[in-house]
Amino acid sequence: MTTAPAIEAIGLEKRYGRKRALRPLDLRVERDGFLVVTGANGSGKTTLLRLVAGLAAPTRGTLEVRAERADLGYLGHEALVYRDLTALENLDLYGRLYRVPERRERIGMLLERFGLWDARAERSSTYSRGMLQRLALCRALLHDPALLVLDEPYTALDREGAELLDRLLADLRGERTVLLSTHDPSRVEQLATARLALA
Amino acid sequence: MTYFTDVVTLARKDLRLELRARDTFPAMLLFVISTLVIFHFALPADADEVAAQGLLWVALVFTALLGLARVWAPERESGALEGLVLAPCDRSAIWLGKATAVFVFLGAVELVALPAFGLFFAPVDAATVAGVILASIGICAVGTLLAAMAAASRTRELVLPLLFLPLAIPLVVGGVGASVSPDPGRYLAFLALYDGIFAVLCWASFEYVVSE
Repeated sequence: MTTAPAIEAIGLEKRYGRKRALRPLDLRVERDGFLVVTGANGSGKTTLLRLVAGLAAPTRGTLEVRAERADLGYLGHEALVYRDLTALENLDLYGRLYRVPERRERIGMLLERFGLWDARAERSSTYSRGMLQRLALCRALLHDPALLVLDEPYTALDREGAELLDRLLADLRGERTVLLSTHDPSRVEQLATARLALA
Repeated sequence: MTYFTDVVTLARKDLRLELRARDTFPAMLLFVISTLVIFHFALPADADEVAAQGLLWVALVFTALLGLARVWAPERESGALEGLVLAPCDRSAIWLGKATAVFVFLGAVELVALPAFGLFFAPVDAATVAGVILASIGICAVGTLLAAMAAASRTRELVLPLLFLPLAIPLVVGGVGASVSPDPGRYLAFLALYDGIFAVLCWASFEYVVSE
């Protein structure tokens, strides 16, 4: 018996006024698949990922994402955290809203894993860009989502952070559905089960 | 119950942010006191109490507007609103949590403003206090929604007063009426009706304000 794909799009297109942000495309991502999206600046990578996350609505075509909001983890260009809250407070807020079981243990584990434990009580406004990206990854992974949408997740990460993310993505491969956009496809080449190059 | 748990979580977050950043509350407090002092000197000494009651409502509405202009600033600065929109909670809980936090700030400002008004102008009676409470509910409900709409605009500083002030007119009418009328009950009932209608409208429409 075949299972329905996690994401299915037909003729998906996005325009902002007269400006076309995403050319019409068909897309099918199998459950627990790993799709790597590449393309030049302005080709529509971020738009596609925002559409899948439900942060934007298609102008034309259909898009079916077979995941509830509670099952979706999204990493965008911004960290989506409060600058005047600490890492711990930010993750606690999202943990409560996502009703994460054993929230404190999960938050502690993620902060440890992403090297933010020592800075957990500092406001995120004091974080470097790389630390904010690590915190954003913690936020996206906090509720152990079945579908991960990662928009250029390697941005601002140092070598250690990038290697950490490599290991994390390798662990997730085959276990979770992952959509990842990148300008450096070689980094995730071995993980990809499907590729989409936007023009 | 989970809905109200989310509302409490979100309101507590806003209270914590304000207590930490102290961006808005001190400004609102200073503004309302300064306004009342200016009115105190601007109003002729022999002006009647009815005129003074009107000035109280002018001060309160513009103080609320000052606070509402920054109410979504923490979300705007960090993109956190998208984080909340993605969360599996009911989106109206985001509005209700924010409106609750605004009500707490505005209430705290009014706790200072009403005695100050009594000191400068005339004693504040129970009908005025009831009118202020009911009007504050309406201000917070409508203002929080309109501030979210304005926050998406580049000209948000212009858009918010243009949207908010016309909708605040009934609140001023009801509030002033409750303050000066010998029969304040009618005006208080009018304010309660306004609160009920607009709270439901805002609750139901917030989803569309934060969705594309």
